Parts: sequence; C-alpha cells; structure tokens
Amino acid sequence: MLLAPSLVFLGVFFVYPLVQAFGLSFLRPEGGLTAEHFQRMLGDTYFRGAITNSLLLTAIVVPIQVAIGLVIALLVNSRFRGHLWFLYICAIPLAISDLAAGLIWLSVFTERGYLNTLLHMVGAVREPLTYLSAEQPVWLYGAIIAAEVWRATAIVMIILLAGLQLIPRDYFETADVFGAGGWRKLWHVTLPLLRPSLQTALIIRTILAFQLFATVITLSGRQVPVLAGEAYFWYGLYRNPHVASAYAVLIMGVSVVITWVYLRVLRLREEEVAGG
Amino acid sequence: MMARAARTAILATIGTLIAAWVLFPILLISLAAFSSRAQLYSWPRAIVPTPPTLDTILFFLRAQGVWQSTLNSLIVALFTIVLAVAIGAPAGYALSRFRFPGREGFRLGILATKMFPATVLAIPLAVAYIRWGLYDNLLGVAIVHTALALPFAIVITTSVFVGVPMELEEAAMTLGCTRLQAFLRVALPIALPGLAAAAIFTFVLSWNEVFAAAILTLHNRTLPALLINAVAFAGAPLDYRFAGGFFMIVPALIIIFIIRRYLMTLWGVTIR
Repeated sequence: MLLAPSLVFLGVFFVYPLVQAFGLSFLRPEGGLTAEHFQRMLGDTYFRGAITNSLLLTAIVVPIQVAIGLVIALLVNSRFRGHLWFLYICAIPLAISDLAAGLIWLSVFTERGYLNTLLHMVGAVREPLTYLSAEQPVWLYGAIIAAEVWRATAIVMIILLAGLQLIPRDYFETADVFGAGGWRKLWHVTLPLLRPSLQTALIIRTILAFQLFATVITLSGRQVPVLAGEAYFWYGLYRNPHVASAYAVLIMGVSVVITWVYLRVLRLREEEVAGG
Repeated sequence: MMARAARTAILATIGTLIAAWVLFPILLISLAAFSSRAQLYSWPRAIVPTPPTLDTILFFLRAQGVWQSTLNSLIVALFTIVLAVAIGAPAGYALSRFRFPGREGFRLGILATKMFPATVLAIPLAVAYIRWGLYDNLLGVAIVHTALALPFAIVITTSVFVGVPMELEEAAMTLGCTRLQAFLRVALPIALPGLAAAAIFTFVLSWNEVFAAAILTLHNRTLPALLINAVAFAGAPLDYRFAGGFFMIVPALIIIFIIRRYLMTLWGVTIR
C-alpha cells in the first residue's frame, strides 16, 4: 500500500518513457517498423565524432576519477586532524551542475581567461593563446577532462569512502602484527576488500560519463560532439524526436553493455552492486 | 622517526593540493563574476578585478528571462520536493518497517532506476507531454525531476526511519494511538530533520538539472535550461556566462554546506 505511489509513478514516468524511446526510434510516425531513424543517425556527419568522443572521454576521465577519488577517500579515512573539513571541501563539487562546472572552466580556458593571464604574468606568452578551438584538439579535450575530473570525482570518493568504512579495523591490526608496511597493507588488504565499492563506482561513473552533455557544450559548443549532446541538438535544433530517441536508445544500449561487461569481467554478484 | 615525519609531510602536501584544486576554480569564477565586461575582455588581464564591480552580475540579473526562469526553477524545485517526499517517504517507511515479499526486488528496481537518468527519459517524455498537454509546463519538468530524485528520496527516508526506534511507535499504540497517529505524533517529529535533508538534497538535484529541463521547455525555461540555450544557440557574451555560472553555484553551495553531515549519510558514509 505504501509502495503503490512510487510503483505507479515510476511505472508511468520511468518504464513508459523507456518503452516509448524504442517506439520513437524504431517506428514510423504512421506506423510500421523502420530502421530509417537509425540510418539517419549513423549517416549524420557528427555521428562518428560523437561516438568516438564519448568512448574516448569516458576511457580517459573515469580512471583518473577513480584514482583521485581513491586517494581522497584513503586520506579522509586515515582520520588526520582536520579530516572532516578536508572531506567537506572535496565534496563541494557534488553541489555543482555540469553546466556550472563547464562555465567555471570556461573562465580558465577561454582566450582572455585565467590560464592565459597566468602564463602572461610569468612571461610565458605575450599574446593570448586559443585553447578552445577545433585546431587545438588536445587542449579542447584537456579542458573537458579537467572540468569533468574536477566536477565528478567527488561521487567516486564518496562511494569508496563508504566502502572503506565497512572494512573492520581488525584486518589492519592483524596486518600490523604480521609486519605489513603501508603499501603492502593497501595492496593486500584494503584494495581487495574495497573491490565491491570500486566496481560500483566504476559502473556508476561510466554510465554517467555517457550522459556527458553540458560541460562539453559550454566548453566546445559542437566542436566536440558527444552522444547526449547530439540527442539535445537533434531534438532542440532539428526538432526531430525520432533521431534524438535513436541517440537515447544508443546511450541506453552502451550503458547496459558496459555494465554487463563490468559485471562479467569483475565477476560481481547483484547484491554487491546493491550493497555499494 | 624521520621516515614518519616525511610521510606525514608528503600526505599533507597531497591533501593541500587536492583541496586547492577543488577550491581554486570556485574562487576564479567568483572573481570573474565581480569583473566588469571591459575587464573580462581586456588584455593583458588582471586576475583580481580592481575595483571589484557588481556590473556583470547586475547585467545578468537584468537580462531577459533571468528572473522569470529563476522563479521557474524555484517552483519546479518546490513541486519536485513535494512530489518526491510525498511519494518516496511512504516507500522508505515501508522498507524500514516491514519485511514483505518482493522487498529485495523493489530495492533493486529502485537502484536500477538510478542508472537511466534524464538523457534517456527526457526525449520520449517530451513527445508524450505534447499529447498530454504537459509540454513547456513546469509541472512536467518537476515530474521528471521527481523520477530522478525518487530513488534517492527512498534511500534517504529508509535510513531516516531505520534510525527511529520502532519501540516508540509500539509504545504509543499500546497507549491507545492508532498506527497512523503513532506515526504522525511519534515517528514523524523524530524523523523530521532527516526528511528535511532529503528535501534539500532534492532541491539541489532539481536546481542543477539541465538536460530534461532544456528538452521539456520552450518558453517556461528553468535557469539551467535558459543558460544552456543561451550558450549553445544564442552566443551569450562571457560576462553573462560567468555571472550565470556564479549565480547557479551560490545557492547550491550554501545548501550543501548546511546539510553537509546528512550529505555523507546519503551515500552510506558515517561520520566519526
């Protein structure tokens, strides 16, 4: 009885749109199955770039986030003096949207931005350099990666910290008794026990990385097309919900496949995902 | 002894660097928001605006649609809070109090919903909304935000009600309260701060959400929808963008600071 409202609500506003996404992308407006919307998506000039950029950015950003998130979580969990403030500071980006994060980093990387100003102050450049242009793909990528690592590492850190706190202290004491040093403790005790949380963090961050949208638009416009951005342009600019839905279905498909691969490769049971 | 001191020093340095990495960009966007347009476009440029000016922020606030969309954002967030708590809290209460068949299935389903966020939902819903008359309607945006916030609302309220001892409610019932009265008079007041935290978290989620809001509105933009549209299609000037970014993060930062303790509990981190 108490569950009924949430079940009904999620049914109407969650399950229905998921089904509808398939309908929009596979059906003709007048009825009948068609692959025409997907063909249009595949044939679009931005498509190759979008899928490449989405995969590449995910492959670069997620490992960095997991590494930094792990360092922060380990630091907080060492309970040094002031660790609570350190935790709060590192959690700040949780409150910041992808849009605002993009605008923040735009103020750094734009032509008259803080990076050029700093370089000018130390005498490295005389005239402002352009970073956010298609002619500078490495810088353009770098700016997006910086913004994403800055914004979304916090969520990885929080998941890992929650996992670290589940590890009983006795394990470390036992390791101490056997004379294990800091690194060996990390490698042989902490990391294996942290595996479920690491997997949860990886899955959640990877799925969210494919939703990457506003950060990229604010920093690059459409110079670096990504999947979610294309869905936005096809709906908002071309008013074509069918091709936009094809992108949505593609994002969904990639997310499901990647989750499945993680679960298979890392041999994880469902309960462990839920536990994280 | 030496090695230990060196280790501490290295860890302290890493910690300081990370904290600076998080804080520094926020400082920079704040400085940009207090620089005039002329300062923002000048070269060579000063990092600290002298003198600091409110021109850029005022320019943004006076720009077309900003006040209206801020108001829209607040309305959407309010609707979302009401819907998410009204729908999520009963489920959270049920999960914390009763063992019922399908309980684990329900929990897993809730987790699965976290995996398909706005990007996938927004476009099919936009098409459905046009049919239902909810397109370009603030309630329609609030409904999507509720769908996104509901899993979190259920998880938070479950943990809140787990923290309220069931014995208290049982004691109230032996003293003649009905189950509902026991809940309203005993459990609810104790759970209130936690529920408030859930509401505030929902506010931040809704205030920050860009994709669905941009897809589902045309004239009744929320603030993020207005901003992304100005950036993607209208070529907004830099001062507008920086002031907009600053304006978006300030309320979120204040709120997160207020609920910082609950924020951690949300993800299962207990603060010791």
